[in-house]
Amino acid sequence: MNFIIQFVNSLTSGGGAYQFLNHILNGISLGSVYAIIALGYTMVYGIAKMLNFAHGDVIMVGAYVCFYTFGALRLPGPLAPLLAVCAAAAVCTLLGVTIEKLAYKPLRSAPSLAVLITAIGVSYFLQNAALLLWSSSPKVFPNFFVLRTVDASGETAVLRSIQFGSLSISFVTIVTIVSCIVIMLALTWFTGRTKMGKAMRACSEDKAAAQLMGIDVNATISLTFAIGSGLAAIAGALLCSAYPNLVPTTGSMPGIKAFTAAVFGGIGSIPGAFLGGLLLGVLEIFAKAYISVQLSDAVVFAVLIIVLLVKPTGLLGRTIREKV
Amino acid sequence: MKKSPFHFLTYVLVIGAYAALQVLQARGGLSSSLRGMLVPICAYVVMAVSLNLTVGVLGELSLGHAGFMSVGAFLGTSTAIALQDAVPVPAVRLTIALIVAALFAAIAGFLIGIPVLRLNGDYLAIVTLAFGEIIKAIFNNLYLGVDGKGVHISLLEDTTRTAETGRLIIQGPMGIGGIQKISTFTAGFILIMISLIVIFNLVNSRAGRAIMAIRDNHIAAQSVGVNIIKYKMMAFVTSAALAGSAGALFAMNYSTVVANKFDFNTSILILVFVVLGGLGNMLGSIIAAAVLTILPEALRPIAEYRMLLYAVLLIVMMLTANHPFVRAFFNRFRQTGRLRLEADGDEEREAV
Amino acid sequence: MKKKLLCALLALAMLFALAACSGAPAEEPSTGDNTETNAGEEPAPDSGESGEEEAQLSGETGEEPGGETSNEASQPTDAPAPAGNAFKLGGTGPLTGGAAIYGNAAKNGAQIAVDEINASDSPIKFELRYEDDAHDAEKAVNAYNALKDWGMQISLGSVTSKPAEATSAESFADNIFSLTPSASSTATIAGKDNVFQMCFADPNQGTASAEYIGSQNLGSKIAVIWKSDDVYSKGIRDTFLEEADAQGLQVVSDQTFSDGNATDFSVQLNDAKTNEADLVFLPMYYEPASLILAQASAMGYAPKWFGVDGMDGILTMQGFDASLAEGVMLLTPFNADSTDEATVKFVTEYEKRFGEKPNQFAADAYDCVYAYCQALTAANATPDMDAATINGLMKEQFTTMTFYGLTGTESGLTWDASGAVSKSPKGMVITNGAYVGMD
Repeated sequence: MNFIIQFVNSLTSGGGAYQFLNHILNGISLGSVYAIIALGYTMVYGIAKMLNFAHGDVIMVGAYVCFYTFGALRLPGPLAPLLAVCAAAAVCTLLGVTIEKLAYKPLRSAPSLAVLITAIGVSYFLQNAALLLWSSSPKVFPNFFVLRTVDASGETAVLRSIQFGSLSISFVTIVTIVSCIVIMLALTWFTGRTKMGKAMRACSEDKAAAQLMGIDVNATISLTFAIGSGLAAIAGALLCSAYPNLVPTTGSMPGIKAFTAAVFGGIGSIPGAFLGGLLLGVLEIFAKAYISVQLSDAVVFAVLIIVLLVKPTGLLGRTIREKV
Repeated sequence: MKKSPFHFLTYVLVIGAYAALQVLQARGGLSSSLRGMLVPICAYVVMAVSLNLTVGVLGELSLGHAGFMSVGAFLGTSTAIALQDAVPVPAVRLTIALIVAALFAAIAGFLIGIPVLRLNGDYLAIVTLAFGEIIKAIFNNLYLGVDGKGVHISLLEDTTRTAETGRLIIQGPMGIGGIQKISTFTAGFILIMISLIVIFNLVNSRAGRAIMAIRDNHIAAQSVGVNIIKYKMMAFVTSAALAGSAGALFAMNYSTVVANKFDFNTSILILVFVVLGGLGNMLGSIIAAAVLTILPEALRPIAEYRMLLYAVLLIVMMLTANHPFVRAFFNRFRQTGRLRLEADGDEEREAV
Repeated sequence: MKKKLLCALLALAMLFALAACSGAPAEEPSTGDNTETNAGEEPAPDSGESGEEEAQLSGETGEEPGGETSNEASQPTDAPAPAGNAFKLGGTGPLTGGAAIYGNAAKNGAQIAVDEINASDSPIKFELRYEDDAHDAEKAVNAYNALKDWGMQISLGSVTSKPAEATSAESFADNIFSLTPSASSTATIAGKDNVFQMCFADPNQGTASAEYIGSQNLGSKIAVIWKSDDVYSKGIRDTFLEEADAQGLQVVSDQTFSDGNATDFSVQLNDAKTNEADLVFLPMYYEPASLILAQASAMGYAPKWFGVDGMDGILTMQGFDASLAEGVMLLTPFNADSTDEATVKFVTEYEKRFGEKPNQFAADAYDCVYAYCQALTAANATPDMDAATINGLMKEQFTTMTFYGLTGTESGLTWDASGAVSKSPKGMVITNGAYVGMD
């Protein structure tokens, strides 16, 4: 019971409002990362109807590629990070398509559980390959988003955040939130307005019918994997900018959380993944701050269960009528 | 599956394997490595067959099976520790612990089943995952101590104050330490046999037919008057109880156990056994559990490439097993009837 | 439907695996003499695995993985071949998974020591083998058993605490002497007279840290951030709080994190900041600590930081911005930037081989091997002794000898009968990206 008292106390005490704002901000920042990963999950699920458990590990690969390209480039200004992210996106896209071709495509007609297990196999593979390639010692991801200012005495000061009164917002947070919104809008536009996007939606409705309408189902699925994996690379760069430790298992926990976020929002729905990610992030930070750090995961999952009981297909998921 | 010869074959093979291993062990023909794995293999076999009841027979994907294992492991082991002085005979203590573990896991299964079984498909799967994580979080923060005055429980902080007066058994994130290793291979074998008897009898009963009817088409089953929730619950709780006793067996084979052991990865590992062994196919689950437990150990000589090769083998096995040619080849055996169940299971999955 | 095929496939997988298994011993010269650990058992690696598979097993021979095994076999043979007259030294540690960094560091450190000793004219030679336990008690026991099958005579225990608790119980039951480089929990050695530690026990560090902070007046309002599911972190934090009370320090914030949420520390840092803590105590390893420092800097929070020996290694992380750690104080028994001859030699060799600076895990494991070398020499032990005999000798040696190594003080290390080491941590402060002694 004491955590309830603690909760009430912390809300009413002096710095309560400031604290509250701060937690919301941190929550949105964490949630944006989840949301970008969840977008990848949801795209793939919507079309291939498979839970791609290797998605979290593609993020890890993206982050490593980004880390090494950035280190190798040694360019001044914003060019290096941009190129590094592009390189990571390219590698991940390629990786995603290759995984799809080699491991998932042969199983297109197989039971969905077989694909799930294969995805887990791919996840193990990527983690262990990364361990061999890049060793187990953690890499500290560079903080791309800093402002270097030179003051009067000629000393370079590194600015990582901007201050609003006593509230400080780091640049990483801002970039993460902005890119998350941009990606979500772009994907919504892409699936809603473009020909390719419409083909995707058609495949997700009914593959056989889509094929009959002249849609190349295989190409569409490959494209989906390409987009999902490209997003994973961006997510990797942002995740590691905000939480700069890079090890071969970096992607697994955010992967599971993002998967939860995708289901939370209604798996298969793009705005749903966005909303689910943000809510999950805020929820996690709030649970940590006002209830208990140790039980924060339990609280997040408990809320997820309650939401699914009230809305069995997630917040924005569509209810599929079952035919007898 | 309905034909008993297949069940009979399973029993015979399990008994045969047990006998062969006992003979080998008596003659000193088993390496320490393998002897050390006998009990965990038994525990994983029971986990696999019990999960197969949920996934293969009932047809609902569960991603939180390790949660029940955790309940059994912690409460069963705590019981054994609490009874250390009262019941001096290890075998009796182990039996009591396994039963208590099964009971608590069954209760957990029932409580979780109430919300879970109202959902369908991937949403059900994610909720089981969520419960698995919640159970892990709870045991990571649970303090349970026993002293002269009885059992004391606290969450988050140790307020039981049993460290001085009695024994603090579950120490939050530190789990349980100083466990007496009373699990034996024979106990594991008996547990496997009990699990098989329970599952085969359930599958062959009227209730079992109702459960499979729900799996094949729950709307049709409902329309002929099958009480869906009741039968789903029956399978789910049975599965949980068996997993609980497997957890207790597992935990008491090591001197220490922590909640993080029973995480999402362990749930997935058990699921891999089930899928690889074939949905609804208990013998397959048994073999898959045994082989996949030994495989990473047998791969030790290749050192750092071990887990990489394990991953590759896993993918290759799944791809080969589902290759159209191979599938067509094995489909010809369908008429023999005994393999019908898992074929049906596959079709049902495809339809999802 | 897939049953038969799968059985066949799984059997095939087993076959390859066993082929790999039987391939390895073939490459090592058979010692011939009794290097068995336990009387009455043969380490037949390929005899009768699970009963179901027996039929398929008969047909296999060592066919497949010659290429891969050579890799593993080549490492120990870098140095002049120890062959049949070397002590078989085994250890388990997380070589894969989230804690892999610690296991690999210990393995590498021990390997350097073994190679140095084998290349020297010391009469004691070692053959080292590290097995992966993925920071898991179950796999640690499996790894330990695999080492037993290999013929391990003396053990380096396990690298991390929980697995070490499980394997030390085994090695106590099997009468195999164990000296763990880094498993610092008290449960590892409790009640086992043949399990010793190279690192100091956790409770020591908490007390020492609080005393240090109190006596030097480093801060008045203290925040503690610790990892709740880590024995190491919890052990230090518990005694720290006790001693802080005695020192009259005010602990204003006591926050935790755990494996699942070790990335975002904003809540913990916010709590420390709002409670106006001027010193934050971080009883944890350097990996999460580096995240905490980065996030604190991003939110503009700059208290004094105080770490423990696990913090060592933070400066050597690839890509770490050393300015973040400026002014961080820590207690550590090992300092990779130290200029004494032994440390320089070890660090240079380590960097040459593995491309990074060693952390305290590597140093502790390195010391373990040298401590063994000293004890075995003093006891006149020979590699043809069985594990139980060596066990008796080692128990005698370790409780009486004094060892001088990379870690610890000039006065040398001693062990008491419980297996705990007498070591006192040195206070260091990070200045311009390097450690400087605080006193």
